[in-house]
Amino acid sequence: MSAKNMHIDRYERNWMIFSAIMLVLFATAVSVAAFGMGIQVPAPEQRVDPNTVATDPNSPWSNPGLREVSPGVYDAYILAHAIPNWEFLPKEITVPVGSRVSFYVTSSDVQHGFNIQNTNANFMVLPGQVSKLTITFKNPGTYNYICTEYCGVGHGVMYGAVVVTP
Amino acid sequence: MKQYQLSTGEKKFIGSHLLVAILALAVGSLFGPLQAFEHAGWDFYPYLKPFIKSYYQGLTVHGVLNALVWTTFFIMGFLTFNVTFALKRPLKNPTLNKVGFWLMVVGVVAAAIPILANEATVLFTFYPPLKANWAFYVGLTLVVVGSWVEGWGLFMTFAAWRKENPNVRSPFVAFASVLTALLWQICTLGVAVEILTMLLPWSLGLIEGVDPQLARTYFWFTGHPLVYFWLLPAYISWYAMLPKQAGNGKMFSDSLARLSFWIFLVLSTPLGFHHQYVDPGVPPVWKFIHSMLTFGVFFPSMMTAFTVVASLEHAGRKQGGKGALAWIGKLNWSDPSVAAQLLAGILFFFGGIGGLTNASYNVNLVLHNTAFIPGHFHLTVATAVTLSFMGISYWLLPYLTGRKLWNPKWAVAQAWTWFIGMIIFSNAMHIVGLQGAPRRVPLGLAPYVPAEWNSRLFQVGVGGAILFISGALYLTVMLKTALNKEKVTEEVEVPMAEAMQDPALTPDWLDRWAPWIYGSLALIVLVYGPVLFDMIKNIALTSPGFRVW
Repeated sequence: MSAKNMHIDRYERNWMIFSAIMLVLFATAVSVAAFGMGIQVPAPEQRVDPNTVATDPNSPWSNPGLREVSPGVYDAYILAHAIPNWEFLPKEITVPVGSRVSFYVTSSDVQHGFNIQNTNANFMVLPGQVSKLTITFKNPGTYNYICTEYCGVGHGVMYGAVVVTP
Repeated sequence: MKQYQLSTGEKKFIGSHLLVAILALAVGSLFGPLQAFEHAGWDFYPYLKPFIKSYYQGLTVHGVLNALVWTTFFIMGFLTFNVTFALKRPLKNPTLNKVGFWLMVVGVVAAAIPILANEATVLFTFYPPLKANWAFYVGLTLVVVGSWVEGWGLFMTFAAWRKENPNVRSPFVAFASVLTALLWQICTLGVAVEILTMLLPWSLGLIEGVDPQLARTYFWFTGHPLVYFWLLPAYISWYAMLPKQAGNGKMFSDSLARLSFWIFLVLSTPLGFHHQYVDPGVPPVWKFIHSMLTFGVFFPSMMTAFTVVASLEHAGRKQGGKGALAWIGKLNWSDPSVAAQLLAGILFFFGGIGGLTNASYNVNLVLHNTAFIPGHFHLTVATAVTLSFMGISYWLLPYLTGRKLWNPKWAVAQAWTWFIGMIIFSNAMHIVGLQGAPRRVPLGLAPYVPAEWNSRLFQVGVGGAILFISGALYLTVMLKTALNKEKVTEEVEVPMAEAMQDPALTPDWLDRWAPWIYGSLALIVLVYGPVLFDMIKNIALTSPGFRVW
């Protein structure tokens, strides 16, 4: 063997092959879930001015809440704010079971997070940006949405709920 | 053969890094258990009101001191030791390194004042538009710039050694240490641009607003490779020192160790979007590309796992160990430095799996910003890194001071209590996170906590209590060692494992810097360039600052 060739032990070579195969398998699983099953992460939706988004009458977040687009299909405009009292507006929305709800969430002050418990809806909420994800509620119950990013001393009490009626 | 001698001045200089690091750990670690206790329903924060105004001020102290100050100071000290000792030459320009160190110290003080005054309760991620006092941003800048200056001192030393020793294979420990300092210089560009172009002028009132999405993108440009800046010094010890300490073993492969470090240099920066999978302003195609590169950077960690375990097995068999696994028992477990690092390595196995899970693109939807995340990084930075650094300090402090390690049995107990406490704490955090519990929340007071989380939150508190004991043991051993009247008879032997194969046989391309550096920069431009170009072109400095704590 020439001195300039790299020496790789047989076991180590096998381990590296095993590692590579394992990582390729993981990457494949993630890709299938993303592109085959459509489990996707948020994409750029819309930019807004955080200083006027809650007050401008043309902004849907000046009147946050649920809009029925067609039977069983809803858009939910949700405003997150730390000022004055750390809350999501509206604090609660009610939809019948089987509803497909697209959440459009933005913030009028600092960064927040939005996690609807026991669903795949979990994303950052940034001032100036609109976060969107669509969820179908297949089971009745109360699904809390919890703020998941530190937004000041009231962060721990900031939450709301989707009530899914039978 | 007598080992290379560092001068007293050099030992003092490295020791000063350790002093600041351990002081930071001492203060920062006080608050870790307080957070864990709060989760279990034992809230001590009301009693601290005169000094610490909120859970979040405590959390800021904990994150900044433990994740940023303890690590950075320990690492810069350890890298300085590695470079001078392994190259067997003094620093090329010691004044430069001293300037760097003092810049870092001034930076820590500048950042500590507003944090303690509750003027910078922004946690260690300081996401705008939470707006801290300007001194906080100045302090962070000085810490980063100081670490750069120290890095330049190391590069100059390495270059001088290379000039004196052309055509010789660089010693692995020096090579890997310089590479770690270089990785840090490249990746901290993100946070430097964030602070200098947005946060600092904004906090001084020079600009009206910031762009939070762009700020996050700059932050995570630095935020992920920061993890490797923490981890690589522990890897250096695991690769090249631990096998020697554990039973006179040798490093299994010099060339593959170098190859894995090169892959870390090239791949650890261009994957920051795996922290931003659920950010609204980053296109999914780039998130996906970064997720694939994240799978790539896992590869050198797998190589590390093999080489380190094979080197330890060599040590175990040399001590008469037999069987497939029984050799593990023959390792030098009674040496606290060995016990700490072996236990750190065991938990890192689980930390690695959790990290890969977080980084798996859409799987992140179930985990993002849940308690799973702090559960994960307490296995990585708070155990693989921190417990290894503690292990290193068990020989490094006696080496630097000439004083005997005080009560090694207590030190062994420290390693085991950290291991056990962290298993209980971290396991509970992972599970309660999967159940939906958010991170960064005083869960003891949160109104939405369902009953099913309670048993796990109790375990978080129990883990925190054991870790508190372990932290107290560590500080006691360090303090008692620093003041120990009993001196070591001879200079402490620095553990340096030889490679099994003569490093001279390692191919030249693994000892050349330029192609790897160019490759690293090119990849960064390729996978960050288009997104950053777009974000900067469409920058909206619309967010004014908020002080909501």
